[in-house]
Amino acid sequence: MNNVRDKKRANKSLPFFFRTEFKVFFIIVLVSSILLISTFSFDTVPPILNRGIQPATFPKGLLVLIIALTSIIYYLSFKKPWKKEKNLPRPFFLTILSFIIFIIISKTLDFFLAISVLSIFVSYNWGERRIFHLLLVSIIFPLAVFIFFEMILGLRFPPGIITNLYYY
Amino acid sequence: MENLLLMMAPLFSSKLLLVLLFGTLFGLVLGVLPGLGPTTGGALILPFTMTLDPLSAIILLTSIYCAGTYGGAITAVLINTPGTPAAAATCLDGYPLAQKGEAGRALGMATVSSTVGGIFSVIVLVFFAPILANLAYEFGQPEYFALAIFGLTMLASIGDGSPIKNLIAGAFGILISTVGKDFMTSIDRFTYGINELSIGIGFIPVVVGLFAISEMLTQSTLLDQVFKRVALKAVKLPTKDDYKKTWKTILRSSGIGSFIGVLPAEGGTVASLIGYSEAKRFSKNPEEFGKGSVEGIAGAEAANNAATGGAMVPTLALGIPGSATTAVILTGLIIHGVRPGPDLFKEQPEFLYGIFGAMLVANILFFIFGFFGAKIFARITLVPNKILWPMIFAVSVCGTYSLSQSIIDVWIMLFFGVLGFFMRRYGFSVVPVIIGLILGELVEGTLRQSIVIFDGNWLMFLTRPIALTFFILSLIALAFPLIRSKKNKKII
Repeated sequence: MNNVRDKKRANKSLPFFFRTEFKVFFIIVLVSSILLISTFSFDTVPPILNRGIQPATFPKGLLVLIIALTSIIYYLSFKKPWKKEKNLPRPFFLTILSFIIFIIISKTLDFFLAISVLSIFVSYNWGERRIFHLLLVSIIFPLAVFIFFEMILGLRFPPGIITNLYYY
Repeated sequence: MENLLLMMAPLFSSKLLLVLLFGTLFGLVLGVLPGLGPTTGGALILPFTMTLDPLSAIILLTSIYCAGTYGGAITAVLINTPGTPAAAATCLDGYPLAQKGEAGRALGMATVSSTVGGIFSVIVLVFFAPILANLAYEFGQPEYFALAIFGLTMLASIGDGSPIKNLIAGAFGILISTVGKDFMTSIDRFTYGINELSIGIGFIPVVVGLFAISEMLTQSTLLDQVFKRVALKAVKLPTKDDYKKTWKTILRSSGIGSFIGVLPAEGGTVASLIGYSEAKRFSKNPEEFGKGSVEGIAGAEAANNAATGGAMVPTLALGIPGSATTAVILTGLIIHGVRPGPDLFKEQPEFLYGIFGAMLVANILFFIFGFFGAKIFARITLVPNKILWPMIFAVSVCGTYSLSQSIIDVWIMLFFGVLGFFMRRYGFSVVPVIIGLILGELVEGTLRQSIVIFDGNWLMFLTRPIALTFFILSLIALAFPLIRSKKNKKII
């Protein structure tokens, strides 16, 4: 109980722009505002053809609602600060990095190579060291998935350096 | 009588029976694994259902739903970690009882009460879904708009987490549904010149991202977590004394669970918490709760499984999902070209009663599998996360890609995975996003068509009694957290 109170206090003692509540409020309001501004560039229907409301009106209303509700939770957080979250561990960032690597490899080299690389990267960084298990997640399982989707479901995967060996 | 025969159809078709068996087993495996569950599992398997006919596909999804909801209890009892959020209340008494060396008794009670709750809710479904569907004939565009708003406000008020954050998440879900060509005027919205976005953002990439990928990221932060397992010899049927103690609790929780399930909100989780607290309130021995009370296990488990049938009532009768998993089932119905609503009851009774029958059989099947196989299913929790999650990633990626064969969908999935992780980290439930995404087109479409009908006069909404009733209920739903917060100070 005391720990939770200490964490809350720690969060409250930070300058406002470092506090979680402000960061969340700022990001939501910023993104919503950008989207709201972009709705003004949507095409409009000429009044003679328009029945009901313009296509941009509904998303505009939603974005205003999101900004208003976010402002309310930020205001309420002055009375009741959020508890400070634990710092994210290294494997989390490595997993995010693996997603980026996945996107790059799947775009430039091969879809299945990307899955294999991500699998071995994640498994290794999450602590797996046994060779057979690493081979299982990076080669045997993706291969089984490929065979299942390709042969049973008849799906055609995007071309790439490995997939082309099968297709051509 | 004719309907009863239609309900028996899955039993007389070897293909449907096979689908049911697979769905039940798969649902149990998903339920047992913490972090997965029927919603994520349903989303993962959704692309595969495209190879099945609509009835088989929905039977597969509903059997996963029923068995997955029960499966969470096995992990809750044996490792004090709910396999699904709906089994959280089961931990409170299941694990303490297992620690006393009575894991078999705890699982036996969970299995029996889940089965009774599940069967009770199917009976509710069979009787109430057609009544609700008949009522829906009275609904026009304004009524559907008001109903959808009621669904979203209910989610905010009794769903998990903060009501305001739930509303933001729900509004965000509706906003996602506006991406692409406007369905009334074909004008592009939020596409920014990307052709792939003009058809909108698919449901599967969002669901798989928000549930499976965000859970993978959550698991990456919990690698140092160690589970303490309690040994299980065999599942034991409850004794006569246990039945005497719990039959009223099981029936009460079955009723509560079915009712909560019918409300458009987070069915099983809320139902099990209310079922548990009501079991404690009515118990002659409330002091035993939290220390291994069989009444506590029965109260929570009967309620969460009863919510499965309840949640299917608005899903099938109105097309409004009663829970996150029924949102996935609703998507399954839509991608298979089945439009839920009153016409479905009139035009395809064999389809609906086939689903009802399948849910009934699934409840019996998970009783058998749970009773004889809980020990084996418990071993699944031994699969290390460092092996399991890369495999789930491979299936998620291929499943998401397979639906439209678009690599953009895979990137959207990853984006929503990261977004979902941060949403959960800062207390925003991802369930309202899914429900908002599903209801988005209905909300916008019915609003705009209503405005056309009313010739731009918004006040005309108040002249429609059913719509007005739903608006008043929505206001009550919004006010409810404020009243509740005065008791426990939880608005944010």
